[in-house]
Amino acid sequence: MESVNAKYVSQKVSRTRWRPVSVSSFQQPEIFATGSWDNEDNKVSLWSIGNYGGLGMEDGFEGDPQLLCDIKHDGDVLDLQFLDQERIVTASSTGGVTILRHHPNSQTLSVSHQWERAHRYPCDNAPCTSVVCSSPEIVSVGEDGRIVVFRADQEGVCRVIENADSSTIHAVTYLRTTEVLTVNSIGQLKLWDLRQQGGSPSKILSLSGDRVPLHCVDRHPNQQHVVATGGQDGTLCIWDVREESSPVALMEAHSAEMWEVHFHPTNPDHLFTCSEDGSLLHWETSSHSDMPSLLHEGSRNSGVTSRSAMAPAGGNKSLISAWLSGDSSKSCLKTSHMLPSQTLSVNSLDVLGQCLVCGTDGEAIFVNRQVLV
Amino acid sequence: MSDLDISTGKHMGFAWGPGDILVYETLYKAKGTCMDPLIRKDEDIYSPILRKLFNESHHIFVGLQTVGEDVPSKNKKPQFVSISKNYRSVIRACMEELQQLVSILLAIELIWNLCEVLFIDAAPAGSLLLHLLDWVRLHKADVDEKTREVLQSESPAEHHNYWDVVVSYVLQGRVEEARQMLVKQANLHPAARGMFKLMDKLLSKMPFYNPRSTQTLTEFDVIWRHWHEEVDRCLQDNSFSSNQHLEFICKILLGDEDSLLECKDLLGTWYHFLVTRLLFCHPTVKPTDLHYYAQSCMTMFLDSRSVSEPLDSILLASFEFDIHQVIKDCSIVLNNWWFVAHLTDLLDHCKLLQSHNLHFGSNLREFLLLEYASGLFTHHSLWQLAVDYFDHCPEFGRVYLELQIERVPLETERKALKVLRVCEERQMSEQVRSICKIMATRALRNNRLGSALSWSIRAKDAAFATLISERFLQDYSTRGTFSDLDLIDNLGPSMLLSNRLTFLGKYREFHRLYGQKHFSKAAKLLLSLMTAKIAPQSFWMTLLTDALPLLEQKEVISPHALSSCSKSVPILAHATASTLRLSRRVQGETGQAAYAPPPSVELEYL
Repeated sequence: MESVNAKYVSQKVSRTRWRPVSVSSFQQPEIFATGSWDNEDNKVSLWSIGNYGGLGMEDGFEGDPQLLCDIKHDGDVLDLQFLDQERIVTASSTGGVTILRHHPNSQTLSVSHQWERAHRYPCDNAPCTSVVCSSPEIVSVGEDGRIVVFRADQEGVCRVIENADSSTIHAVTYLRTTEVLTVNSIGQLKLWDLRQQGGSPSKILSLSGDRVPLHCVDRHPNQQHVVATGGQDGTLCIWDVREESSPVALMEAHSAEMWEVHFHPTNPDHLFTCSEDGSLLHWETSSHSDMPSLLHEGSRNSGVTSRSAMAPAGGNKSLISAWLSGDSSKSCLKTSHMLPSQTLSVNSLDVLGQCLVCGTDGEAIFVNRQVLV
Repeated sequence: MSDLDISTGKHMGFAWGPGDILVYETLYKAKGTCMDPLIRKDEDIYSPILRKLFNESHHIFVGLQTVGEDVPSKNKKPQFVSISKNYRSVIRACMEELQQLVSILLAIELIWNLCEVLFIDAAPAGSLLLHLLDWVRLHKADVDEKTREVLQSESPAEHHNYWDVVVSYVLQGRVEEARQMLVKQANLHPAARGMFKLMDKLLSKMPFYNPRSTQTLTEFDVIWRHWHEEVDRCLQDNSFSSNQHLEFICKILLGDEDSLLECKDLLGTWYHFLVTRLLFCHPTVKPTDLHYYAQSCMTMFLDSRSVSEPLDSILLASFEFDIHQVIKDCSIVLNNWWFVAHLTDLLDHCKLLQSHNLHFGSNLREFLLLEYASGLFTHHSLWQLAVDYFDHCPEFGRVYLELQIERVPLETERKALKVLRVCEERQMSEQVRSICKIMATRALRNNRLGSALSWSIRAKDAAFATLISERFLQDYSTRGTFSDLDLIDNLGPSMLLSNRLTFLGKYREFHRLYGQKHFSKAAKLLLSLMTAKIAPQSFWMTLLTDALPLLEQKEVISPHALSSCSKSVPILAHATASTLRLSRRVQGETGQAAYAPPPSVELEYL
């Protein structure tokens, strides 16, 4: 990738997220939000890449993102999600969770609601590490090992699961509308059923070997039992949460912490990971390969090594997750680097349609508008 | 240079000599002014626009360190030139955004450009002049503005700036544009057509050296002299005497000193004057002769009224190929180390510092990089950039990094992880341990035992892991149950980090087995815990108390096994004996006869 252009933004970028586009329209995303960290004054900013009719775009990186508006943010922006078209939820290192509202007419951002100290220690602030939303519900997790549930329209906090974890919870994602999955710094995945009142997870999965801290998690868009996690040592794990403990597939991805992992929302044969080692990888698996897949509807032969399972006769291929059969040595899994080498840590990425945006500690944003998916 | 020391009101001066830098206190302020007070040492680090400069140049710097290591040095020049151009384009990019600091950045770019031409590209005679012409043209943009103004007017040839534009073009050697402008004038004066045609001919025939052609410098010189003589003939013939402007231009083409000095306003600077004079008098000037002309031109141009600015002495030092002086002057005049650090590093890569036989050769590069990087480290965000600079300072970089990295505040776990990764990649084990200890202690203080354990595992800190395990065991002793079962039940291989931790994990496993009524397994585990001697002393009573109900189970513990293990640990043996007596008493009271202890035990230890 020689023709990659970086937009330098004078702030270390901790999170980048596309604003959602309506599923019915086939538009490519135009607007993304970024959060900064490690500044005395951190900011949440909105940018536009304004698709000018797509004329004359030779390589995917043309057209600088333009700043639309920004707003000061108290503390590092440790996570950022779009609640809906106009509202953004942020997780702060001060332990607060904030809803920001974008006013397109005046092109400004304002604070719509704030839950300060949602995460805290008895005598100190505890950073809120991750937030996930399914409007109007918001779930946040933090270094205090607490899970907090909010509703966007309610003042106070909906529910708190105290002492959900004795270590830091690094990331959270929805598994179903009533179930969330968290990952922590002792290498465990925990499933929580929000309908139940108890303070313990419904299931715990962990790696069989070293308990490497897990930093990020993402669920397969179509198959609710398939989940990908990224760890401190840069390994990518694919899990089937219906199964017992161990991950189904384990791949060496990066040489340092993996900060984010994302399945492509509409083309889940594609997966993207970014890491402290400065690389952003695009993983592509083909579900229509000739190689036998190991997990299919009928038998539950978990384990990566066995290759004797036969591919089903036909028809059921769409139900098979190609991710569950993979290890990187097989030819049906391709990886490619998407950035020039020698960048500082890539902290965040987001992909929607054919567009990918990522932010680095080198204070640069990269936008690729022609991701091959 | 002097800095005001706020506390004492005195000033600080420094002088830079070979191998040393002397800093002294003085009551006297420096003479003259620094280039522009807008950039001060601490503030410019915090300017958001300059941050882009720092980040983009960091990227270029890292790329430069690994450029073509396998390629022979003479083939590296194009790469170095290209890298030099990259640096300059970064400066220009910042200039576009930063109107206020433009004057500083313009000056920096001017100096860097000249250094590139003279030192990095090291143009030989012939090409040298062409590069210098480009240099001057790039930094004298007002000509084009004037031209636009003139051309947009109704009758350009009658505009009051018209002749200024034409002369400016000639002074910059832009003959084509001059010719095009003159056509407009010619059209206004059909009677003088012959004169204009002559001028046009002279201009079109002006020779410019073409480095790509097969023509040698000597051949070019001959052709040039020929042309020069032709122009002189036209002047002597009074061919242009009826038009003062054209005659003036003719004199310029001959490089007439007085005429050139009349154009002071149009030239603007002595170095423009220098290049123009070289263009019309010595186009084949050799690099080594430059400084003669530079000195004399500067003297001629600046009369006694104008003050020589720091920029002038820097440029003069460049023309004299005194790299050392250039760097020294720049360091003093510019309060920011950015420029000298990056330029010196590039020059060092071009092997230019060594050849000048400096007293501290490549140490100069390292000194400047260390200063720059140390400055970056004081910034709350830019410390990450500094790491790469320290990496490429072979002598002191590591020491500096080790000292500085420990001072980075660790407000969140994510930041601590990044700092830790920097240390681990460089095998700075002491710093790794210290950072992990800080984070683990903080976690422990906030009762986040899992986090604390996670940090001690990362540092492989057995002592801390032991500390955490003691906390757990204390909790258990006071409350009777374990906290954070999710952690203890899932320790995995990290259990082996410390004995106490292993004990904790195994002890919890014992409880689990007991709870699941796998009594024989539980008992075996308990026995092994006792024999393995990893239980803390405070826990032995607890262990034995746990053993009690198991002793009542028929098949579980053979007293022989229990006593045999107790033989190896005298105190344990004593306790074991007490336990056995207790159990016998219990049996006696409940009437359950299970077994009788072997008499030998009783006799030996009672």
